[in-house]
Amino acid sequence: MALTREQMAQRVAQELRDGYYVNLGIGIPTLVANFVPQGMEVMLQSENGLLGMGAFPTEETLDADMINAGKQTVTAVKGASIFSSAESFAMIRGGHVDLTVLGAFEVDVHGNIASWMIPNKLVKGMGGAMDLVAGADNIIVTMTHASKNGESKLLADCSLPLTGKGCIKKVLTDLAWIEIDAGQFTLVERAPGVSVEEIVEKTAGKLVVPEHVPEMTFA
Amino acid sequence: MAGFDKVVLSYDEAMAGLDDGMTVIAGGFGLCGIPENLIAEIKRRQTKGLTVVSNNCGVDGFGLGILLEDKQIRKMVASYVGENALFEKQLLNGELEVDLTPQGTLAEKMRAGGAGIPAFYTATGVGTPVAEGKETRTFDGKEFLLEESITGDFAIVKGWKADRYGNVMYRHTAQNFNPLAATAGKITVVEVEEIVEVGELEPSQIHTPGIYVDRVIQGTFEKRIEKVTVRS
Repeated sequence: MALTREQMAQRVAQELRDGYYVNLGIGIPTLVANFVPQGMEVMLQSENGLLGMGAFPTEETLDADMINAGKQTVTAVKGASIFSSAESFAMIRGGHVDLTVLGAFEVDVHGNIASWMIPNKLVKGMGGAMDLVAGADNIIVTMTHASKNGESKLLADCSLPLTGKGCIKKVLTDLAWIEIDAGQFTLVERAPGVSVEEIVEKTAGKLVVPEHVPEMTFA
Repeated sequence: MAGFDKVVLSYDEAMAGLDDGMTVIAGGFGLCGIPENLIAEIKRRQTKGLTVVSNNCGVDGFGLGILLEDKQIRKMVASYVGENALFEKQLLNGELEVDLTPQGTLAEKMRAGGAGIPAFYTATGVGTPVAEGKETRTFDGKEFLLEESITGDFAIVKGWKADRYGNVMYRHTAQNFNPLAATAGKITVVEVEEIVEVGELEPSQIHTPGIYVDRVIQGTFEKRIEKVTVRS
């Protein structure tokens, strides 16, 4: 079975480490915050200028001056800090964020990522995505393995305009955990009950399949 | 007014000197921390042909979105403009030009512009449409893009508290692009919720020192929220 959005978030959360500063993109990445392991401390960075993002507020604590990068009202945790957009991106560009999780339309074997622009469709903008992929060392891309029409999103070369070049090393899809190195994908783990054959069939770029591909485990 | 006193008493006075074709840098992220009354004053003045630099372009009917209603903006420099139907329409009609700029690059363009640094290298955008026509250079084996800084004829800023000398503090995440915009205007206008006497703000807690600020005005704010999200 393909992973649900929650299971994808849960699998990504296994990559968290105690003391990590983490930037989570919109969509599935946001859900990762719900699966931080017990007893582990991580601090969420929101690129509009908040390190230590907390839960959504209650009606009583709602504040127009407290939002996240998705423009939703939020709270700050104890120990949070708030700063300007330049300071925020200094953290991101300077490589100070330990883990970045974001979505994409396509990823290719060269580690290129396309996530912001579909030609002939209205372009809303890249927001902070280009800064995040260029600045972070440790990035996990979350996306479905193939489109609704069955077209692979793991390609030999991205077909859409890029968000970043050669910056992606890890991809979690609804079917597999894939790593990228030396111009090829490697199948590291598969979703429970998903066959290697299905993953091979749905991966357009060169995929190396080790002899043993373990199933993901969920606590 | 004398000495360092920057306080003005009317929005007309606050935006005096704004002319057609000028570049205006605005603080704010989404609708958070936007100089909503200064924007309304630009609409009242019907200044045309503006280049507006801001992370977003408001929404239909609020924030910078109201400057689209009478086609006052010729060019928008922003990182994300997805919340605005009128914007889409004018963009597709060719009535509006847009320069989509990565958010961190936009922030740094303002910061560097205000600091007298004409351009800087960044890895952001290398190999993407943003890099088209731009110089690149390799440092330590990695490719970087030369990005030019931004300065404006006017910067419009929303603060929380300011003293009469134009020292400004921001509240929570309403800080965002505001302190950067404040440095990058030839004329920087700050509107705040409260003007206090000189000496009331703790010097080490000031975000924008008064040297960057030309005019300060106290306003009242709607502070509209784009996406009210509460715990279930």
